[in-house]
Amino acid sequence: MDRPGLYVHVPFCRTKCPYCDFYSVPSLSLIPAWLDALQREVLIYRDRFGYFDSIYLGGGTPTLLGSRELTRLMRVLFQDLSFSRDPEITIEANPDDITKEKTALLRDLGFNRISLGVQSFNEKELQFLQRRHSAKQAEEAIKVIRASGYTNLGIDLMYGLPGQGESVWMATLRRIVEYNPAHISCYQMTISEGTPFYRMLRQGRIQAPGEERERAFFLLTSAYLEENGYLHYEISNFAREKGTMSRHNIKYWRHVPYLGLGPSAHSFLKGLRWWNLRSVDGYCQALDCGRRPVEDCERLTEEQARLESLFLGFRTREGVKRKLIEDSPGSDRTLREIRSAGLVTLQGDRIIPTREGFILADSLPLLFSH
Amino acid sequence: MNDAPGGVTCFSYNGPALSPGPLKRIYFLARVLRVPGHGHKLSERKAVPCQRLNLTDMTQIRNFSIIAHIDHGKSTLADRLIQYTGLVSEREFRDQILDTMDLERERGITIKSQTVTLPYTDRSGQEYDLNLIDTPGHVDFSYEVSRSLASCEGVLLLVDASQGVQAQTLANLYMAMEHDLTIIPVINKIDLPSADVDRVKDEIENELALDSDQIILCSAKEGTGIEDVFEAIVSRIPPPAGKEEDPLTALIFDADYDPFRGVIISCRVFDGTLGPGDIIRLMSKGAAYRVEEVGCFRLNREPRNRLSAGDVGYVIAGIKTVSDTRVGDTITLDGRPAPTALPGFQEAKPVVFSSIYSIASDDYQALAEALEKYKLNDAALTYEKDSSAALGQGFRCGFLGLLHLEIVQQRLEREYDQSFIMTVPSVQYRFTLEDGHCLSVDNPQYYPDPTVIRGSEEPFIQASILIPERYMGAVMKLCLDRRGENSRFTYPSPGRIEIRFDMPLAEVIVDFYDRLKSITQGYGSFDYDFIGYRESDLVKLDILVNGEKVDALSIIVHKDRAREWSVRACDRLKDEIPRHQFKIAIQGAIGGKIISRSTVSPFRKDVTAKCYGGDITRKRKLLEKQKKGKKRMKIVGSVMIPQQAFVAVLKSEEE
Repeated sequence: MDRPGLYVHVPFCRTKCPYCDFYSVPSLSLIPAWLDALQREVLIYRDRFGYFDSIYLGGGTPTLLGSRELTRLMRVLFQDLSFSRDPEITIEANPDDITKEKTALLRDLGFNRISLGVQSFNEKELQFLQRRHSAKQAEEAIKVIRASGYTNLGIDLMYGLPGQGESVWMATLRRIVEYNPAHISCYQMTISEGTPFYRMLRQGRIQAPGEERERAFFLLTSAYLEENGYLHYEISNFAREKGTMSRHNIKYWRHVPYLGLGPSAHSFLKGLRWWNLRSVDGYCQALDCGRRPVEDCERLTEEQARLESLFLGFRTREGVKRKLIEDSPGSDRTLREIRSAGLVTLQGDRIIPTREGFILADSLPLLFSH
Repeated sequence: MNDAPGGVTCFSYNGPALSPGPLKRIYFLARVLRVPGHGHKLSERKAVPCQRLNLTDMTQIRNFSIIAHIDHGKSTLADRLIQYTGLVSEREFRDQILDTMDLERERGITIKSQTVTLPYTDRSGQEYDLNLIDTPGHVDFSYEVSRSLASCEGVLLLVDASQGVQAQTLANLYMAMEHDLTIIPVINKIDLPSADVDRVKDEIENELALDSDQIILCSAKEGTGIEDVFEAIVSRIPPPAGKEEDPLTALIFDADYDPFRGVIISCRVFDGTLGPGDIIRLMSKGAAYRVEEVGCFRLNREPRNRLSAGDVGYVIAGIKTVSDTRVGDTITLDGRPAPTALPGFQEAKPVVFSSIYSIASDDYQALAEALEKYKLNDAALTYEKDSSAALGQGFRCGFLGLLHLEIVQQRLEREYDQSFIMTVPSVQYRFTLEDGHCLSVDNPQYYPDPTVIRGSEEPFIQASILIPERYMGAVMKLCLDRRGENSRFTYPSPGRIEIRFDMPLAEVIVDFYDRLKSITQGYGSFDYDFIGYRESDLVKLDILVNGEKVDALSIIVHKDRAREWSVRACDRLKDEIPRHQFKIAIQGAIGGKIISRSTVSPFRKDVTAKCYGGDITRKRKLLEKQKKGKKRMKIVGSVMIPQQAFVAVLKSEEE
């Protein structure tokens, strides 16, 4: 668990979804250049990290890469970096890219986990989200994946869409539970600045659901999935069992080192965090000239690291070590208060957020700041 | 500014009632700010040499003052007198009037004319030195007024030709009479279209019992009747008495701080004489100083060889701060001291208290410095360090009255650029404990253990309110609401009532005057006398937030008012305290008993959906920013209370 994780950012999409604020471009012609650059970047970090025990291909749309490109990519990684014996290798996938051939390829390349971006089974919602697949396609994709022997399937869903009724969402949840995937991510839609949805929100063309509804959705999602045997182990993440929790993502929440390759990717090692340029061109150019494609970095102070551990801890069922808050003035009293408010429980030397605690996770850390 | 009927523009005073000085009589006045530099402005103009006649010729001296109800034209008249004697030109005078108007447009500011020696030649060619002694300090506090009057032989009692006799007119008259001064009634502002001279003459005869034949009519603004005023001064006001060869006694009626020269004492010499090089002694403390300079006040200070019996002038003696001087103190010679001091000296005693806290904790030092600087010019302000669990380090300040408090507050804010929270002003309560001890408490933090309190008292005043008859009902209600008792009425003239009420001072210092003005549409005038302490049922009201007491919000109140105050505090806090993860219960309590409550509901959701590689830094930065914001909040228990919340609860209703 403490081994580093490897993230590769595939910054390409055929079309951009209006809610997404991850970096990607539709210029697929840049893929070869990007791959060349990536190859150079890998060399920089050759001996910096230990043995990676997770690889995560995210984006963008990693599955739009062709078989040649995917093969080359994986070869580059395995060639120049070191891995543990049995790494978790995840690829984010769009349902409209899933074919029998594709899944076979993925399996051959070593992928043992697929994170499928379904978002919704409701046609209207899918249209609203401008997804490139239909509900039927999503269904098909799941079938295909299952058929090819993947057991570690994760499905991504989105709730809190403007105007979304509880019943529609419940219907999606019921369906998901029927599919019984190893992992479910339920993301509340977040409208970030700079996205088309944000503009629409500003113009009043769409409305956010509001605090009460968001809270209600969160609670019922958590309750329903837990009732159906899932572990709600992080704010937006559910696993059927401990073994199917996302090994890679957990590293982010535990301050385990990770290396991020590709434009906009983030890395973290020994208290230093750095991130790459958010531009394919910039990324390629830098590496062409033999420079690191790093946009900026920061070295965490002890206080910053502590603050991060606090907020990351309150977002997972692992919670926060009690001694992390001990120095904070009035912490005993505050702890008493949030316990009696049902926001956290005390388990041994750890403070664990409850479902209600999850809802307020972002503000709990402030209660324990000096 | 109100527009009173008749198209006359009157100035309205938002200053609440002034609270008592040490003497029995208290004079209410609107808020007045000393505008520094007015005197200096005058002094930029050309000086007229000091015409001092023979050292022994006291017969050509007249010492007088102008007393009036607020805004009946005192300063304009003073300026006009100055102009008339040639100390300023007509044009300069007009400029000054315009200045005056400008500043007075900013509510309630009256420019203080300073004490000045006017050279006057009467119709028969006789020359005089007329010493116009103005009320010193930044306001006409009763004690200071009395010391100024004690330095005079006569007064001009000014009455506005349209407003007529007002509460202060009466009050000032009484004081002048107490000092056995010659009174010259003057009706001013006869130029106003709404002037009703005959009516006012009647009022003066009937209400003031002054002979209407004696009344001088004038318009300070227009400059009419001024010569008559001067003639009256020289003919009716007696010259000073006193022996130059007797030991020195000089009465300090004002002290001012000049950054270049130190303290400038204004005084009236009764007996004896003093000059540079003399060692003087201030009799109250016994401190001795060497005189550097003496002189008289013209547009500038004009040094002279000596000040002698009957003279009014200044003394500079190397004194560093005005706190070293006391208004009403007697100056005598160290080498030949007078056997007794002049009568009437009293130490200024604060009666209204408030704590001030800087808004940001790192401004404490700046606030401390500003207070120190301010005190250079105001001996009456007292302060000491104070601290509150909720608001941090601050100062507990004592003021001569609410007006004084307001002035200090305004000047600190304006001139020293300070921003701070001022707690609700409180009076000094007295508690008798079981063991017989008597405690004076103004700070709720020092409220004694209720189980050992045998009796409690609060200061009472007698209010006299002068109003047109038609407002009687409303005013009665106001006073009764404020725990007024023992009402009496007199009818000084048809259509007018003077209502007297005994009321607790605590009820008057919050916003009584404003309410009065408002319900009487500006016609009501108000004056009060301190009449001593009376038994009162007092309690201490605490405000609790999630069970934790918020010190700064505690208050000592009469038990009948506790609930009202508590409800108001709880409501205001509810609006100001931000939502937290948990419910916040706000309660008002007396002892252990909760008497009102309000709740701040918790917020419902605040978590963000994603938190992967790129999100972590961003999230942390946001938290860091919020942490910083938290620093500006006071933490009570685990509830974060912004400064604004305290301000909202604690500041006076009138804001």
